[in-house]
Amino acid sequence: MNNRIFTELDSDKKLLSIYFTAGYPHLNDTVKIIQDLENSGVDMIEIGLPFSDPLADGPTIQESSTTALKNGMTTEILFNQLQDIRKTVSIPLIIMGYFNPMLQFGVEDFCKKCNEIGIDGLIIPDLPLDVYQEQYETIFKKYGLINVFLITPQTSEERIKKIDAASNGFIYMVSSASVTGSKSGFGKEQESYFKRIASLNLKHPQIVGFGIKDKKTFAQATETAKGAIIGSAFIKHLTAHGTDNIESFIKSIR
Amino acid sequence: MKYHVDEKGYYGEFGGAFIPEMLYPNVEELRQKYIEIMYEESFQKEFHQLLKDYVGRPSPLYYAKRLSEKHGAKIYLKREDLNHTGAHKVNNTIGQILMAKRLGKNRIIAETGAGQHGVATATVCALMGIKCVVYMGEIDIARQAPNVARMKMLGAEVRPALSGSKTLKDATNEAIRDWINNPVDTHYIIGSAIGPHPYPDMVTRFQSIISEEIKWQLKEKEGKENPDYVIACIGGGSNAAGTYYHFLDDMEVGIIAVEAAGKGIDSGESAATSALGKVGIIHGCKTMLMQTNDGQITEPYSISAGLDYPGVGPMHSHLYKSGRAEFYSATDEEAMRSGLELSKLEGIIPAIESAHALAIFEHKKFNPDDVLVISLSGRGDKDLQTYIDYFKLA
Ligand SMILES: Cc1ncc(COP(=O)(O)O)c(C=O)c1O
Repeated sequence: MNNRIFTELDSDKKLLSIYFTAGYPHLNDTVKIIQDLENSGVDMIEIGLPFSDPLADGPTIQESSTTALKNGMTTEILFNQLQDIRKTVSIPLIIMGYFNPMLQFGVEDFCKKCNEIGIDGLIIPDLPLDVYQEQYETIFKKYGLINVFLITPQTSEERIKKIDAASNGFIYMVSSASVTGSKSGFGKEQESYFKRIASLNLKHPQIVGFGIKDKKTFAQATETAKGAIIGSAFIKHLTAHGTDNIESFIKSIR
Repeated sequence: MKYHVDEKGYYGEFGGAFIPEMLYPNVEELRQKYIEIMYEESFQKEFHQLLKDYVGRPSPLYYAKRLSEKHGAKIYLKREDLNHTGAHKVNNTIGQILMAKRLGKNRIIAETGAGQHGVATATVCALMGIKCVVYMGEIDIARQAPNVARMKMLGAEVRPALSGSKTLKDATNEAIRDWINNPVDTHYIIGSAIGPHPYPDMVTRFQSIISEEIKWQLKEKEGKENPDYVIACIGGGSNAAGTYYHFLDDMEVGIIAVEAAGKGIDSGESAATSALGKVGIIHGCKTMLMQTNDGQITEPYSISAGLDYPGVGPMHSHLYKSGRAEFYSATDEEAMRSGLELSKLEGIIPAIESAHALAIFEHKKFNPDDVLVISLSGRGDKDLQTYIDYFKLA
C-alpha cells in the first residue's frame, strides 16, 4: 500500500501534525488552512469533521465544532471543499471525526470518497477496535485508508500490544488522562509514561497528542515519540488571529 | 433470552460499547465485574435491605378502581412514585453506589436533566458519605431550581454543562468527559438504561426489582403472575426496562411503550425517538436516536424534562424493531390531561413523565377484562409549577 503517511513515518525527522476543525472559523477556510499549514512546513494534517457531541474533546475543540456546524459544515460540503486538494497539497491528510456522521454517510461511501480525494487515514475515537476489525477493516483497506488507534496512560500493556498488532500506520498516543486541550505542560508522570511506551519497542511509531501547545511541549513529546499533534492550541490561534497568521504559529513550535 | 443482552453487550443489532479508548479501562473493568459483584450474596443482602428500609420497597401495586371504570380495563398502578426521592431512579442509584464501593471508587459523577436522577444520586452519596458531582445543562439548572437546591442540600456539587445545547445530552457529554479526566477514583452513575455496555444491562437489572415485585403482587391480587399488558413511559428507558424485565420472554404479556411526542410528531418539537429516530451512535451505544441526515444529534423537546432525551436505550430499540413491544407517543397535551385525570380520579398527582404512560388510553382501546400494569414512575411534586402554568391553577 502506497500511503503518504508511510513516507512521512519513514523519514528521519520528528513530525509536526496539526489538527483543525473543518468549517472553523469560517465555512470556507478549509482549503486555505490546509495549504498554509503545508507551506509553513507542517508534516501532516488532521482535518476535524465536526460533530454535535464530541465526547473526547475539551471546550476549545467542542466550541469550534459547534461554530463549524452553525456555519453550515456537513460531510458532503467538506468532501466538496477537498475535491481538488491534491492539486496543491502533498502531505498526508487524515480525517478525524466521530463515528455517527460516517455511519449516516455510509461507511463504505465515506471511505470511497476519502480515497477519491486522496485522504490517507482516519482517526475515529469512538469506533472501538473490535467493531473495526469485525465490520470495517476490509472496507478501510480496500480504499487504502490507515485507521489510527489511540492509547492512553491507562491502557494496559496487553492491550497496547493488541492495538500495535492491529495498527498499520502509527499509534496515537494520548498524553494524559484527559480530554483534548485540558493539560498545562508535561510533568514527571508524562515523562515516565513516554519512556515506558518507548521501551515497549512497538512495531508502529507513536505520535503524541493532547496537551501539546508550544515549543517546549512539542520538544518534550518528541523526545521519545516520532511526532506530536497540536489541536486546541492551534484552534485558539485561529480564534485569536484568524487564518492570516498560520505560519507565525507554526514557526513558534519549531 | 432473545430480548435480553447477549454476551457481547447487544440487544439484536443495538448496544455495544462505542467508546473512546480513554474510557476503555473503566468500562471494561465494569463489564468484567458487574455481574459477579451484583449477584454476590453480601451485595444482594445490602441492596435489598436498603430498598426495603431506605427506599420503602416493595412499592405497592395499586388497583385503580375509578380509573379502571373510566377506561374499561383492570388497571393496576406500580407505585414507584412512593419511593424515597419520588421516583424509580433511586433503585438504580442504590445499586450503583454499592457497585462503586465494591470497585473501590470514592468519587461519583452523574448527569441529570430534570434533576430527578441527580437528586437520587446525591441522596445515595450522602447516605454513603461519598463525594458527588452532578452535571446539569445550564438551561435545566435555570428551569429546575428546586431540584438544584435539593442536590446542594444533600452535599452534591452541581456543575453547569455549558456546551452545545446546554441540556441533558450535553450534561451526559460533560459527565463522560469528567470520567475521561478522572479514570481511577471515579464511578459514573448513569441515570437511564443507556450508555455503553454494560450500563444498559446493569441499570436494567437494578430496575428489574419493579417487574420482580409485580409478578408476586399480581399473583396475590389476580391469582396469576402475568398481566395482559405492561405499560411505561420511555425517556432513556430505565423505568420501562425495569417494568418489562421479567415479562420479556412471556409472550402472552403485551409490552407497551409511550414516548413523548412533545407538540406533535411532525411539529419539529418532539422526543418520539422511535418515530423520528434512525440507527446511530449516542453516548457510547448503538441505538435509535434523533439526528440530522448528516448524523448530528438533534435536540428533542417535551414538556417533561425527564423524557427529553434524543435516544432510547438499546433494549427498547430492539423491542421496537423486533415488534415485541408496541410503541406509542403522547403529546404534551395528552399527557397533561392524563395527569390531571389521575389526580381527580385517584388522588394521585403523577410526574409528567409517568402521565405519558397514562395517556395510552388516548391511543389504545382495551378489553374490559384486560389486566394492565402501568408504571407510575414518579410523583408530580417536582412538576407542580408546570401543572400550575399549564392549567392556570394559580
Ligand atoms: C418520574 C420519571 N419517570 C420517567 C423518567 C424517564 O427516564 P427513564 O426512561 O429512564 O425511566 C424520568 C426521568 O427523569 C422520571 O423522573
